[in-house]
Amino acid sequence: MTAAGDEPEFRPLLSLASSPKYQQLVRERSRFAWTLTVAMLAIYFGYILLIAFNPEFLAQPVAGGTMTIGIPMGLGVIIVGIALTGVYVRRANRHFDQLTRDLVEEARL
Amino acid sequence: MIAVHRLFAIVAALFALTLPNPAAADALTGPAAQQPTNWVAIAVFGAFVLVTLAITRWAARRTKTTSDFYAAGGGITGFQNGLAIAGDYMSAASFLGISAQIYADGYDGLIYSTGFLVGWPIILFLLAERFRNLGRYTFADVASFRFGQTPVRLFAAFSTLSVVLFYLIAQMVGAGQLIKLLFGLPYELAVVIVGVLMTLYVVFGGMIATTWVQIVKAVLLLGCATLMAFVVLASFGFSPDALFARAVEIKSGLASAAGASPAEASERGASIMGPGNFIKDPVSAISFGMALMFGTAGLPHILMRFITVPNAKEARKSVLWATGWIGYFYLLTFIIGFGAIVMIATDPTFLEADGSLRGGSNMAAIHLATAIGGNAFLGFVSAVAFATILAVVAGLTLAGASAVSHDIYASVLRHGKADSGKELSVSRWTVLVLAAIAILLGIAFEQQNVAFMVSLAFSLAASGNFPVLLLSVLWSGCTTRGAVWGGSIGLLVALILTLLSPAVWVTVLGYAEAPFPYTSPAIVSMPLAFLSIWLISKFDRSKRADMDRSGYLEQRIRSETGIGATGAKDH
Repeated sequence: MTAAGDEPEFRPLLSLASSPKYQQLVRERSRFAWTLTVAMLAIYFGYILLIAFNPEFLAQPVAGGTMTIGIPMGLGVIIVGIALTGVYVRRANRHFDQLTRDLVEEARL
Repeated sequence: MIAVHRLFAIVAALFALTLPNPAAADALTGPAAQQPTNWVAIAVFGAFVLVTLAITRWAARRTKTTSDFYAAGGGITGFQNGLAIAGDYMSAASFLGISAQIYADGYDGLIYSTGFLVGWPIILFLLAERFRNLGRYTFADVASFRFGQTPVRLFAAFSTLSVVLFYLIAQMVGAGQLIKLLFGLPYELAVVIVGVLMTLYVVFGGMIATTWVQIVKAVLLLGCATLMAFVVLASFGFSPDALFARAVEIKSGLASAAGASPAEASERGASIMGPGNFIKDPVSAISFGMALMFGTAGLPHILMRFITVPNAKEARKSVLWATGWIGYFYLLTFIIGFGAIVMIATDPTFLEADGSLRGGSNMAAIHLATAIGGNAFLGFVSAVAFATILAVVAGLTLAGASAVSHDIYASVLRHGKADSGKELSVSRWTVLVLAAIAILLGIAFEQQNVAFMVSLAFSLAASGNFPVLLLSVLWSGCTTRGAVWGGSIGLLVALILTLLSPAVWVTVLGYAEAPFPYTSPAIVSMPLAFLSIWLISKFDRSKRADMDRSGYLEQRIRSETGIGATGAKDH
């Protein structure tokens, strides 16, 4: 167990569970994180299923060139992965960190 | 520090050994074509070794406590940690392996890359911050937070060591073959050099040295790959379409030279632009994707990196940086692979009489370096590839050593009351033992096909560590018994099914047909692990189970808020 002794002035930790701020933080962050998780899983496994069941679709050339639809889609999965990561970090830095700070202040009463 | 002086004496001796001598080169026989001694490669690699040893010396002075040794004292920034994570993840296997796969099959290499990348967002959304808030040094610290220490720590140590060992063997064998080929050194010597240097970094410099070696290597590798991709694109006027068109033309030409009819030849040329043989059946595709995606979230040496930053915010930032760098790197390898088709596939300098790549199929990126910048650039890229392996094995060994010293010695044998100095010395001795094992196994497996070992490491991580970690952090009903048994079942099933899969049963053991026909066991072993943890926890009526369940709320509050997290008082 991690020692809680570093922060002697905290109210008993468990009482935080009934704090509306804590409940808001957990509810909002869980919902946000799971939404993004499901989005990422759907995009990636959707791409994999497309490869498995309809590879011809991905092998179609784009606009008469040599480039196929599969290339922007594959790179797109990578870029969406990075973008979703960015979306999470942005919201967490702005919103969730503020909520956490307020909460910790409150607990220090 | 006496230790540091002794270190330099060892290094001087090592350098004397590494200088190539004709007798050593003559002793090399085997199917791999020997490259002439490349002095640029040796000079660049020598410079890398000197810089990293200087870093180690600097780090050794700052490594005083267990926290310094395991977690760099929590003093790494998110940006630095992001680079170090990217360094850990961009192994020589991904640089040489993925570019070689693209060289051979085109598009299929990209499917691999996407699988390796998409685990990162998942780690961020579900685990990274909570891991930072609950963890001290190891994966087991988090997994065992509210559970019975002994069983969960033993399970975690065992699974960490299995993942580390398979990963390590694959890296050692790769290192030996690569160095033998590029530097004109005997295989055994190459493996010993990797083992000795990695030991020096970890024993003296701990996590601080390992992190900075990782950062130096990541910057070198990214710089190198950027330059190669830039030159390839520049020679096609920065038109990817022109690059692809030329690659298809070359592949068609090769097919018709091999006797294919014109229609067949053009079809085979065009095949590199779409999915090919990589995905044979949907089950394998999904299973392999699961192993890559969730295995990443269970790799102990990667998870440990989240403890090197001061707080959850920096942990979060480090994933963003890491994901960005890794994604950028895969984009580059894609261009490099196509560049290799265009620049080396028809040049007899790089080919054997039968048209295969000189030095083995993984050499595409290395030959492309020669085609781009001659012998000097070849030397540079070779040295970077070697540095890459070195940095990755250092990170793995540190993770393995902390499982032994922190989880088994300090937590199980000493019940969390170990003297910090003693724990450190156990950790350092474990590094020596692990290095010796890695060297011996690296040599023992020289002639074996070890390609399956990296994917086995990912499957084990996805089927053992990941389910235990996720449920212990997110599910209040999870109990000690459920975690230990469920995780062990996942590990065991992943191991057995891998042995029965084509990669081992057919390729390594030589039997005709594999009993388990799919590429990866994850589609069976991972859900089975989750199900077992759930069922066993549900029916767990032990006293310990009551404590486990009632400890959840406190753990949850700590994991969500970071209250009481180690290092949280620093800011």
